[in-house]
Amino acid sequence: MEAWISAVLSGILLGLAYGLAAIGLNLIWGVMNVINLSHGAFIALGMFASYFIFKFAGISPFISVFLVLAVGVVLGMIAYFLALHRVILAPELSTLLATYSLSLIIIGLGTFFFTTNPRAIDVGLGSVKVFGAYIPKEKILVGIYSLIFTLLLYLFLYKTWTGKAIRAVSMNITAAKFMGVNTTFILSLAFGIGIALAMVAGALIASVFPFTILTGGVYELKSFVICVLGGLGSPLGALVGGLIMGLLENVLTLKIQVGYVPFLEFLILVIILLVKPTGIMGKE
Amino acid sequence: MKKGYSLFWLIPLLVAISAYPVVTRSVIARESVFLILMYVTLAASLNIILGYTGYVSFGHIVFYGIGGYTAFYLMYKFGVHLIPAMLAGGVASALVALAVGEAVLRLRGAIFAIATIGVNEAIKSLVTNLAFLGGATGLFFNFKIYRSYGGAAKAIWFAYYLMAAVTIVTVVVSYFIKNSKFGLGLFSIREDEDAAAVLGVDTKRFKSLAYAFSAFFPGLVGAIFFFKAGNIEPDDAFHLIKSIEMIFMVMLGGYGTVSGPVIGAVIYERLKGILLVNPLFKNLHMAIAGFVLLLIVLFAPGGIVGLLRERFKKLRGVLE
Amino acid sequence: MKRLVAFLVGVSFLMLGLTTSFAKDKIVIGFTMSQTGKLNAESAEQYRGLLLWQKWVNSQGGIYVKALKKKLPVKFVYYDDESSKDRVQQLYVRLISKDKADFLISPYSSGLTASAAVIAEQYGKIMMATGAASDSIFNKGYMHVFQIYTPASRYLTGALDLLKAVDPKAKKVAIVYEQSNFAKAVATAAKKYAEKHGFKVVLFESYAKGTTDFTSFLNKIAAKRPDAIIGGGHFADGETFARQIFEQRIKVKLVSLLVAPAVPKFAEIGKAALYVTAPSQWEPKAKYTEASAKKLGISWYGPTASWFVKTYEKEYKEAPGYHAAGGFIAGLVLQKAIEDAGCLDAEKVRKALEKMDIMTFYGRIKFETGKYYGRQIGHDMVYLQWQEKGGKLVKEVVWPEHAASARLVYPYYKKY
Repeated sequence: MEAWISAVLSGILLGLAYGLAAIGLNLIWGVMNVINLSHGAFIALGMFASYFIFKFAGISPFISVFLVLAVGVVLGMIAYFLALHRVILAPELSTLLATYSLSLIIIGLGTFFFTTNPRAIDVGLGSVKVFGAYIPKEKILVGIYSLIFTLLLYLFLYKTWTGKAIRAVSMNITAAKFMGVNTTFILSLAFGIGIALAMVAGALIASVFPFTILTGGVYELKSFVICVLGGLGSPLGALVGGLIMGLLENVLTLKIQVGYVPFLEFLILVIILLVKPTGIMGKE
Repeated sequence: MKKGYSLFWLIPLLVAISAYPVVTRSVIARESVFLILMYVTLAASLNIILGYTGYVSFGHIVFYGIGGYTAFYLMYKFGVHLIPAMLAGGVASALVALAVGEAVLRLRGAIFAIATIGVNEAIKSLVTNLAFLGGATGLFFNFKIYRSYGGAAKAIWFAYYLMAAVTIVTVVVSYFIKNSKFGLGLFSIREDEDAAAVLGVDTKRFKSLAYAFSAFFPGLVGAIFFFKAGNIEPDDAFHLIKSIEMIFMVMLGGYGTVSGPVIGAVIYERLKGILLVNPLFKNLHMAIAGFVLLLIVLFAPGGIVGLLRERFKKLRGVLE
Repeated sequence: MKRLVAFLVGVSFLMLGLTTSFAKDKIVIGFTMSQTGKLNAESAEQYRGLLLWQKWVNSQGGIYVKALKKKLPVKFVYYDDESSKDRVQQLYVRLISKDKADFLISPYSSGLTASAAVIAEQYGKIMMATGAASDSIFNKGYMHVFQIYTPASRYLTGALDLLKAVDPKAKKVAIVYEQSNFAKAVATAAKKYAEKHGFKVVLFESYAKGTTDFTSFLNKIAAKRPDAIIGGGHFADGETFARQIFEQRIKVKLVSLLVAPAVPKFAEIGKAALYVTAPSQWEPKAKYTEASAKKLGISWYGPTASWFVKTYEKEYKEAPGYHAAGGFIAGLVLQKAIEDAGCLDAEKVRKALEKMDIMTFYGRIKFETGKYYGRQIGHDMVYLQWQEKGGKLVKEVVWPEHAASARLVYPYYKKY
C-alpha cells in the first residue's frame, strides 16, 4: 500500500514537471500550427541559464526563473523573425525544418561551448516526509511553479487584450488581421512565450535532475506524447497529459518492467493519433 | 506529362562515381563513395513518400533499422548469405510499412510526422527489450563470417558493389515511379489529396504503395551497412538524427525531383566529410549544418534543383 | 620493352618503399574521438589522458625502436566520430591509408570499437581498445585488438564479493541498469555471478537511456527490501539514482553504481554521495607500485600514480578519472610493446603484446590469448567508497583488500 501511495505522489509531481516541459510546445502548436523542433534545445538553454546564474551569482533557480522567462520571450521573438517568419504560411515541412535547423545551431554551439558534460544544480532544500514517503522539496516547488505558470498563462490568454489577440490569431488569422490585430507581432509574441516556457521548464527541472546540452531532446520527445495525450494546442491539456504520463511511469511500473515504458508511451502516442488526433482532452 | 531525360546523365554519373574507387583501387575513396551511395539511396527512397506524395515521414530511419536487424539476424543466426538476407530485410521493411501505413497514412501534415517519430521510437524501444536481438547490447558478428566472402577485405568490397547496385536500382525506380501514372497520382495527392480522391485516384492504395516503396530500399541499405559495420545496436539502427539528415539531403537537392535527392546527398556527404576533418570546423559542423539548412528552407525551398530550374529554363527536361 | 617497364615500375616501387622506411622519423598513432554527441564527456577525458602520454613520451625523445637504433617521437592523428557508428569505419580507413597510422587506439565505447575493429583487423593494424569494456568484441576472431579495461564480465562481481565478505547474511540484491551495450553486459554478468554465489536477485530491470527519474524503481525497491542495490549506466543517470536513493531514504545496506561515483564530480550531490560504492578501473589511491610488481614477480613499467595525478592536475586543472588513466595506459602499453618488439611491424608488436605481463600505476596488464583473444585478464577492478574525512567527501579504495586505502563503512543507511 505504501508503495502505491508514494508511486502516486511521485507520479503527480513528475507529471507536473512533464506538463511544464510540454506547455510551450503545445502553445506554439495550438496558435501557429507549428511543431517546434527546437523545443528541446531551448529547454536545454534554460537549464544552462539557470545553472550559470546559480553557479556564478548564487541565485536559486526558483528566483532566477523569472529572469529566464523574460530573456526567453525576447530570444523566442528573435528566433521567430530569424527562422520562422518567412515560412509561417508554408507547408509543415518548412516549419518543421526551420525549427529543426534552429535546434541544430543551438545544440551545435552548445556542445562546442559547454561540451556534453553532465551538470547538476544542488539547491539543497532537503526532503519532507509525506505519507511515509520522502520527497525532495525542490520537486514539490517545481510542481507548484508548474501550476502557477499554467495559471498565469491562462490569465494572460483569457484576461488580457494581447492574450485574446493570440487566441484570435490561433482561431482565424485572416479574421484577426481584419479586426486590426498586428498578426506578425502576435505570432512572434506567441512563439516567444512558447520558447520562454520551454526555457522556464528547463530552468526549473535543472534543480531536480542533472542534465547535459542533449537532455532537452528527451523532454522534447516526451512532450510530443504529452501534447497528444492531453490534446494538441491546449495548454491545460499539456498539464493533464503530463500528469497521465507521470502517473503512467510511476504507477504502471510497479507491475511491469520499467524498460518497456518508452515503448508503451510511443505506442500510446501512435494509437491516440489514430483514434482521436485531437487528444483525450481535445474537442471533436 | 512529358518525360524527362534525367536518367541519361544521372545513371552515368552514379556509375562513374561508383567506378572511381574500383578503378583507382583506393580504399579511402571506397569508404567515402560507400557513404555517398548510402545517402543517395536513403534520400531517393525517402523522396518517394516525402517529395512525390507530400507526406513528411520524419521517422523514416525505422525502415533502415528494421532491414538492418532482419538481415543481420539472418546472417548472424543462420549464416544466410548477404544477398538473400538483404532482400529479406527490404521485404520486411516494406511489409512493416504496409502494416504501419494502413494506420498512420490516415493522418496528415505535422501529425503524420509526429506519428512516424512515435513509430520509430516505439520500435527502437521494443528492440532494446528483445533478448533474442541482443537487447541494448545488440548483435556482433564473428570476424569469421567474412571468410565466406573471401576475407574481410573482399567482403567490404562486396558490400560496396552491392550498395552501388542498390543505389542505381533505387534511382531508376524512383524515376519510373515519377514518370508513371502511379507517380502522377502521388503528385496529385501531394497537391490536394481530397481533390485527387474526388478525381478517382485511389489515394489510400497509392499512399500505401508509395510508403512501401520508400521503405524497401532503406531496408536494403541497412542490411548492407550493418554487414559492413560488423555489429548492430538499437541506437545506431534507429537513430532519429539520421532520419532528419535524410530529409536535409532531399531538401538540399530539391524535393519531388528525381535528381534532387542524388545531388543533395552527394553534396551533403562531401560537405560533411570536409567539415569533419577540417581542424577549423570540426567542432562546429553541426551548427554549420543547421545554418545551411535554415538558409535553404528560408530562401530556396526548391533546393538546388529548384534554383537551377528557375535560372535555366532549358534545363527543365534534364533536371526533373 | 614490356619487361623493362615492369622492371622500372618494380624498382621505383621498391625505392618508394625504401625511402618511406628510411624516412621514418615518427610513429603515427590514429584514433577517433567523440568531439560531439553523447559520448563527448568520457571520450574527451580519455583523449586528455592520451595527450598526456604523448607529452610524456615525447619529452623523453620518443619511443626507442631497436631496429632503427633511435627514438621516434609520437604523432597523433584523430577525427571526430560524432559518437555515431556511421563514420567510424570511413575514418579508420582514412587513418590507415591516408594518414599512414602505424598503430590505432579505439574510439570510446564498445559499439564504436566493434566497428573500428573490423577495419583494424582487415588491415592487420594493432588497435589498443580503451574505454571499451565489452567482452563480446573479443570472442569474434580478432587478432589485433587488445583491451585495456577490465571487461564487463568482471565489472560488478567484486561488489558482490565485497558484500559477502563484510556481511555474509546479506543475500537480497536488486540490479537496475541502463539500456546500453555496456551496462547491460555488466548487469547480466553480475546477475549470473550473484545467482551462482547464493545471492537472491529480487529485482532485475533496465531503464531507457537518458532517464533522469528513478522514483518508479525506488518505489519498487522499497517494497522488495533488498540488502544491496547495484547497477547504473553512465554518469548523469548514476548520479541521479544515487541522489534519489538518498532523498527517498531507501534502507539499503550497500549501493554500488557504475561510472558515476568514480567521477570526481560525483561529490557535487553532497551527502547523497556518502557511502556510495562503485567499481572503478583505476583510482588515484589504488596502491599499485614497484613493490607490488615485485611481489607478483613481474616487471614495473611507466611513471607512478602520484606523478600521473600531479601532472594531470597541473595540465588540466582537474583530477584524473579512470577514463584519463585508460587513455594514458593505452599509449603506455603500446609503447612497451613497441620497445619489446624492437620494430614497428604489427605482427611482431602483436607477439610482444601476447607475452606482456607488466605492472603499471593503473594495475596489472596481461592479455588473453585463447578464445577471447586480446581480452584483458591481468587488470582488476578496484571498488571505491565515498567517505567523509575532515568534513570533506573523499574517495577511498575499499576493495580488494590488498589495494584498499580505507575500510568499508557499512551499512549505507548509517548516514540517515
